[in-house]
Amino acid sequence: MNNNLFLRLINPQTIALAGVLFFNWLLFPGFFNVTWQDGRLFGSVIDVINRGAPVAILAIGMTAVIATKGVDLSVGAVMAVAGAVAATFVDSGQPLFVVVGAAMLIGLICGFWNGILVAVFEIQPIIATLVLMVAGRGIAQLITEGSIVTFSDPGLIFIGTGSVFGLPMAAVIAAVLLVLAHLLVRKTALGLFIEAVGVNRSAATYAGLRSKALLVAVYGFSGLCAAIAGVIAAADIRGADANNAGLWLELDAILAVVIGGTSLLGGRFSIPMSVVGAIIIQAMNTGILVSGFRPEFNLIVKAGVIILILVIQSPKAGRLFNFNFFRFAKSFALPSRDQHS
Amino acid sequence: MNPKFRPLAATALIFMIAYGVCVFQFPAMWSTRVLGNFLTDNAFLGIAAVGTTFVILAGGIDLSVGAVIGFTGVLLAILISWFNVHPLVAFVIVLAVAALFGAGMGAVIHYLEVPPFIVTLAGMFLARGAASVMTQDSIPINHEFYSAVSTFYLKMPGGGRISLIGGTMVLVFIIGAIIAHRTKFGSYVYALGGNANSAALMGVPVERTTIAVYAVASFLSGLAGIVFSLYTSAGYPLAAVGVELDSIAAVVIGGTLLTGGYGFMFGTFIGVMLQGLVQTYIVFDGTLSSWWTKIVIGALLFIFILLQRLVFSSAAPRLPQLWKRET
Repeated sequence: MNNNLFLRLINPQTIALAGVLFFNWLLFPGFFNVTWQDGRLFGSVIDVINRGAPVAILAIGMTAVIATKGVDLSVGAVMAVAGAVAATFVDSGQPLFVVVGAAMLIGLICGFWNGILVAVFEIQPIIATLVLMVAGRGIAQLITEGSIVTFSDPGLIFIGTGSVFGLPMAAVIAAVLLVLAHLLVRKTALGLFIEAVGVNRSAATYAGLRSKALLVAVYGFSGLCAAIAGVIAAADIRGADANNAGLWLELDAILAVVIGGTSLLGGRFSIPMSVVGAIIIQAMNTGILVSGFRPEFNLIVKAGVIILILVIQSPKAGRLFNFNFFRFAKSFALPSRDQHS
Repeated sequence: MNPKFRPLAATALIFMIAYGVCVFQFPAMWSTRVLGNFLTDNAFLGIAAVGTTFVILAGGIDLSVGAVIGFTGVLLAILISWFNVHPLVAFVIVLAVAALFGAGMGAVIHYLEVPPFIVTLAGMFLARGAASVMTQDSIPINHEFYSAVSTFYLKMPGGGRISLIGGTMVLVFIIGAIIAHRTKFGSYVYALGGNANSAALMGVPVERTTIAVYAVASFLSGLAGIVFSLYTSAGYPLAAVGVELDSIAAVVIGGTLLTGGYGFMFGTFIGVMLQGLVQTYIVFDGTLSSWWTKIVIGALLFIFILLQRLVFSSAAPRLPQLWKRET
């Protein structure tokens, strides 16, 4: 396994990331400059991992959901709800651990609600989570009573804008979550269970898997990730904006997962690659901003990159052009199930 | 009653009860004036929802609806206000562009075997991005044709008015229902949504139908964009954000199965009217805040999908399947 660790790092996702970073460097030569100032690092690269952290956190939860052949459209709305809860709790003078705990609890509850709709009522995930996507923002506005609740608690603000060892706090949280989630799914049988449910839920159930409990847990995890991202987003702007917090981030998160090579048809998944996907998206955003292009081009470039990656990953295009290199590289990117057992 | 009409009947019944409750509380809502405004205010949503119904019946999804409406509005405003193209010519141009755009998405979905969710998401970014690149501001449209259209209406008994755009929506629904339920293309769409493999084996032209379905959906989004531009007399790149979700909600509330192959055009019409009713009720009440619209629509969605589950639970149990494998 260790011998091909280097080879495993060569795959369409890392090549795409290197390509995007290379283009950024071409367009803006100072892209990789990093300076040390006021006890923290500054630079475009640091900005990429800082700004990309919320989507990366959402993508971690989303990967697990998509691996079970589902999708979670509600994460943006759950971010808004969690941010609203955190802001109102901190303004009522609660200690920090209660504030963060309450926000994460509400995220878990939202996730469990989605999971119960999907697992127990057997509703298609896309509409099951659409309910909370539509209603969630309304609930968030209900909590903040329609206004933007601002706060000045230094502890909560630190979560969004602080730094640890010179690195932005948001990126550190994302990295810790990534390592924990990766160990949890790859060092225990949990990842295998998730893949089994995603490939064929009936077969997994007949094989003795408690697929309902697993699905509820997976959606709960996605809700928890969304709540963490919501607290970071609220802390970053020192306020909870029920209308705009996490708006359309669910689409970015799904995109990150798809760019990361996880199939929307369930089964094979890779959490680290999804995080690489989130960083690719943010590297494009930042690249367009620092190289002086108008931000409006952002969406068009994004669409172009999606189409390119889809064409590369598409089974038919592979057959058509015989894209052996990518197939070869891909076989290392996402180790198949039997390698892991 | 034919059991296949049960979900439709349930939707219609819930709409009538909801409307009855509204009228009981605010007797003024029982007027053709309010009904006429219903049609006018939801015209663009209704037209877009007809397209979404076709896509969902075929087992797909279209996330690009709102972006295409925004793009169409901007393109219209630029053609009319900057290049002095006559509105009718501009309409033809934007409808052709929209239909081509949809056909392109359908082709990518069919030939590259990529899930429609991702393709239409890319389409959404592309259309929204193209609109933002053309302009960042709202471009007003001052053309005598636009002012003539906005003053044109049919009078209903009781002082209500069916404006041209409200009438257009009703007409689109009628034509959509005829195409879906009474033509060969309509049965192809149902067959494709029911089971793509069986449809192909039965001789349904899967390739042609898939491309046509997305072309029709985008064409109707383009038409919705025209109606939206007549309604607001302006083109704005960030207009109609999130309309795709409203129209998906209308389709689901209308009793169409999101997995495809089952549903009625008339159900979507009720779904659109029900969303309009919620908004009108909140306007009439005056004390309720706007966020209640979102919560109530979310709750309605929940009730309707639960209702569908109960109605369909007698049928063979099927596991929820979001992405169709097309092999």
